[in-house]
Amino acid sequence: MTALVLLEFDAAGIKQPSRSAVAAAAKLGEVHALVAGEGVAAAAAAAAKLPGVTKVLVADAPALAHALAEPMASLLVALAPAYSHLFAAATAVGKNVLPRVAALLDVQPVSDIAGVVDADQFVRPIYAGNALATVKSADAKKVITVRAASFDPVAAEGGSAAIENVAVAVADAGSRFVGAELSKSERPELTAARVVISGGRGMQAGENFRLLEPIADKLGAAVGASRAAVDAGFVPNDYQVGQTGKIVAPELYVAVGISGAIQHLAGMKDSKVIVAINKDEEAPIFQVADYGLVADLFTALPELAAELGKG
Amino acid sequence: MKILVPVKRVVDYNVKVRVKVDGTGVETAGVKMSMNPFDEIAVEEAVRLKEKGVATEIVAVSMGITACQETIRTALAMGADRGILVETDVELQPLAVAKLLKALVDKEAPGLVIMGKQAIDDDMNATGQMLAALLGWPQGTFASKLTIDGTTASVTREVDGGLETVALALPAVVTADLRLNEPRYASLPNIMKARKKSIETIKPADLGVDPAPRLTLVSVAEPAKRKAGVRVASVAELVAKLRTEAKVI
Repeated sequence: MTALVLLEFDAAGIKQPSRSAVAAAAKLGEVHALVAGEGVAAAAAAAAKLPGVTKVLVADAPALAHALAEPMASLLVALAPAYSHLFAAATAVGKNVLPRVAALLDVQPVSDIAGVVDADQFVRPIYAGNALATVKSADAKKVITVRAASFDPVAAEGGSAAIENVAVAVADAGSRFVGAELSKSERPELTAARVVISGGRGMQAGENFRLLEPIADKLGAAVGASRAAVDAGFVPNDYQVGQTGKIVAPELYVAVGISGAIQHLAGMKDSKVIVAINKDEEAPIFQVADYGLVADLFTALPELAAELGKG
Repeated sequence: MKILVPVKRVVDYNVKVRVKVDGTGVETAGVKMSMNPFDEIAVEEAVRLKEKGVATEIVAVSMGITACQETIRTALAMGADRGILVETDVELQPLAVAKLLKALVDKEAPGLVIMGKQAIDDDMNATGQMLAALLGWPQGTFASKLTIDGTTASVTREVDGGLETVALALPAVVTADLRLNEPRYASLPNIMKARKKSIETIKPADLGVDPAPRLTLVSVAEPAKRKAGVRVASVAELVAKLRTEAKVI
């Protein structure tokens, strides 16, 4: 029984959610990894160092440059016969590609798993994480996306897998990459950060998110936001933490001016330590916070920045 | 161009779901049901395309028990032209829904299928991608903007680091994310008009599809509850506790 894990990568190496997917796959047996894209030699070398990966398949072709679902799915379907399980992180790429693969294999995918029971049974959140379902797949092959926050990622270094190139025959499937507008930030990615500090509607305006920056700098934190703050136009949608945004589980989550709507909690309640700063002492966020501070954020944030500076 | 819009009947998003005591599922008896919110956005987008003269007809499709007709009626009141109910008591999973939709697409020949990116009950986020695969069509998932220009759909997608735009040769499948639009409320006259619109009822067997589920539900449990922690009186106390007690900074 061998699993194939589709990896995502950037200039810094294999992305953390993909390393969590490797960790989930490793619970079942041997793990091979797939690096697909254009000009991916460095990523393939990084993949070969992942502990637990015994072989890295490399598909290098212009058609794979932007990880479009159509060519990626064709590639995975071609590789699938050798594997019992296909895994990817439940990221924008994984969620886009794997169900397409599953349908082509006549398999019902198992999305966004938070636990591996055995080769057939998986735990997954339903109803925005308000219930956890254990499901058993009757399909011969499993196609699975992994909730990265639920699995500790494997280390970036330590392994030494063989690298093997695979042929890519990708037909035109009617889709074409036009462009991307990606948020530029020196900060860690939300889903990979050890500390996340998020602002909510209580921030009152987009420019007030600047108050979070000195704190984020000192803590090495990613900056996030609640859906209310995104809907109010304070920050772009890729900041959003919650059921409809990103699911995070950092060591420390600091919620500032966030009331704690169910939809937000669904995205951060698995954080190890939660801090809430809110002037409304009745705010539901305090029911999940390890440390609650009832205070006006406009005084508390500069104080917090100063206090951390003393350290 | 005809647009097909699949709509799912789900537990209303305002309902706090409860896990059944015996762990066999969540309590749905007597619970308010509504159209999946992402599907409402899909219907709205289709109606706007019709208002712009891009679409000529909107067919709303739902699948499941007879009561799914109500969900179709909601879509009709928003502006869809007619409905199709694929009626079955079998629990439908995304693979079966995708197969049933494929059969309907083969029959109806729409130029575009717009649907919600995921249902808020099973949170699978799979059916649109699977339908596109079965049809051999391109897909534009998690759409926050859609423009149709002749035979091409330009789809701006919500991806992890921001936005990505893809061009799709029609016909295609597009799945709606939250920011694609804000769905309208159906007006009373439109709700009345919707009652006169037709809903055709067919069975999975009529479409030659075996809808049997591939996943069995072993159990459903409540997630571990977080306990409320302590209140701190000052920023200094907070930082001290994070340093010495929680040891996270």
